[in-house]
Amino acid sequence: MLLIRQFEEKCVELYSASEIRGFVHLYIGEEAVAVGVNQALGPDDAIVSTYREHGHALARGIPVESVMAEMYGKATGCSHGRGGSMHLFDVARRFYGGNAIVGGGLPLAIGLALADRMRGQSRVTACFFGDGAVAEGEFHECMNLAALWSLPVLFCCENNLYAMGTALARAQAQTDLAVRAATYGMPSWPVDGMDVVAIEQAACRAAEAVRSGAGPHFLELRTYRFRAHSMYDPELYRDKAEVQEWKRRDPIEALAGRMRAAGEIDDEELAAIGSDLAGQITRAVEAAAAAPLEPVEDLTRFVYSPRSS
Amino acid sequence: MTTPSAAKTTYREAMRAALREALQRDERVFLMGEDVGRYGGCFAVSLGLLDEFGPERIRDTPLSESAFVGAGIGAALGGMRPVVEIMTVNFSLLALDQILNNAATLQHMSGGQINVPLVIRMTTGAGRQLAAQHSHSLEGWYAHIPGLRILAPATLEDARGMLWTALEDPDPVLIFEHGSLYNLAGVLAEDAGAVDIDSAAIRRPGQDVTLIAYGGTLGKAMAAAEELSGDGIEAEVIDLRTLRPLDDATILTSVTASHRAVIVDEGWRSGSLAAEVSARIMEQAFYDLDAPVERVCSAEVPMPYPRHLEDAALPQVPRIVAAARRTVG
Repeated sequence: MLLIRQFEEKCVELYSASEIRGFVHLYIGEEAVAVGVNQALGPDDAIVSTYREHGHALARGIPVESVMAEMYGKATGCSHGRGGSMHLFDVARRFYGGNAIVGGGLPLAIGLALADRMRGQSRVTACFFGDGAVAEGEFHECMNLAALWSLPVLFCCENNLYAMGTALARAQAQTDLAVRAATYGMPSWPVDGMDVVAIEQAACRAAEAVRSGAGPHFLELRTYRFRAHSMYDPELYRDKAEVQEWKRRDPIEALAGRMRAAGEIDDEELAAIGSDLAGQITRAVEAAAAAPLEPVEDLTRFVYSPRSS
Repeated sequence: MTTPSAAKTTYREAMRAALREALQRDERVFLMGEDVGRYGGCFAVSLGLLDEFGPERIRDTPLSESAFVGAGIGAALGGMRPVVEIMTVNFSLLALDQILNNAATLQHMSGGQINVPLVIRMTTGAGRQLAAQHSHSLEGWYAHIPGLRILAPATLEDARGMLWTALEDPDPVLIFEHGSLYNLAGVLAEDAGAVDIDSAAIRRPGQDVTLIAYGGTLGKAMAAAEELSGDGIEAEVIDLRTLRPLDDATILTSVTASHRAVIVDEGWRSGSLAAEVSARIMEQAFYDLDAPVERVCSAEVPMPYPRHLEDAALPQVPRIVAAARRTVG
């Protein structure tokens, strides 16, 4: 969680310095979700993610250097620089990308799960999406199809209460998304999205059921984005007091507090971890800055597969 | 002429034989779409395959084009070789997001880490009085998209042979089957099999004018060529077969010899595939032309229901003949 937090804080600096461009959607405040869910997944399981996916990618174990180089659009990036912040891919880790069409990743996830089912493989596909995706027709289509075909998908709805600037209550007649998902005939429950331990427990329980053939499961992870939707917005759509209230539930502080109280960690050790991560990130930035760009002659590469003829 | 090694068949049966062969040859292949199983396919292409291959591989879906096309993409990523059937090209618009933003794009966005070996089949075209939401020819739109390969089988051989080659392609292939062709009957060699999906074909040789057609307009171009022949004008007829990538070489070789070109395309004229072919001829063979390139396309109107108006909206043999005559002066 701390790696994700520090990585993104560095991204803010780099964006301000025009080192990285495009849209950059920060996950700060939601880190417990990516980390907790990933605890339930093995290396053969798959992840389909959204455009707010730095946290998912780092939690999955994609190297910091590779993600940072992608932010820089460099050839050494995890998507050869072709994707940028919104399209991180690492197929060796079965990370099938940040998808920047809201809801657009859901059909891919059910297809990956369908392939696993047809090939007799006991794998789980975790599909992340936000509360905004619940308004898309694809959401309805995919919930139904996954339940109808009993596909091994773990739906992870990151409900941060806002689809960009539109509050959930302004977009949905039924704001209890776990209740909504249950109507498709799949086990579904809400989870405190600021509590990494609760998330891990729920995700493990759900993933185990999915893996055992019990069909899709749905977790509504109730979380909050501390920063703007993308790099900057005036945040006219929510009260500062509301943001402050959620910040008091910072998932990193909460875990650190719990561990301190249990005597599992002290301030010195925490500071050492932070300093170690900062060093990793600094080195990743240096490497990314020095890395080569994709040659312009390769502009049309990766449009079609290489042909033998 | 029927020989012992040939048999009478139809375009529909040839498509079905292609599907059956693919399902038999490769256990990763499965067919998925609306009413492909119990109903037997909206146009009866998959009739009987459910009994033969079972519901896992002949998979009926809900009316959820975006979900099942996207699931086809995901299944392709997961190691399967899906054939997704969409009832008509108009319905494919409900899945356009998945086709464009995922199927055509994932390879590039991922820096070449993934490819999408998916085949999507759909019906296209007019001529059956199905009015304005079941009759359009939008394959030209799809041919605009880098990352896709677009096929338009117009003959029994291509109906039989394009599917297997498409399934062997590592990238997404869309096959457009013109609705008027399913009952096309003829003789097909019993050993007919895979065909290339790269090149255009000369369906009729000639030296006076080149008629360029594909899919549902090929038959009309052939009929026009016959009529022109009666007047001493020998038209060469090109069947584009593959709409993306276009086979420029075959087009240009013919046009530089005939010095005249007429493009027949059921798409709307503005921004049509015919416009693209015309532009390529202009770019690469301008000084070989003896007349402006002619286009015979659909009128710029949503397809009307009554027969006489539908006929008037579509490319027809007399319009092709008239256009060809104009080019020869």
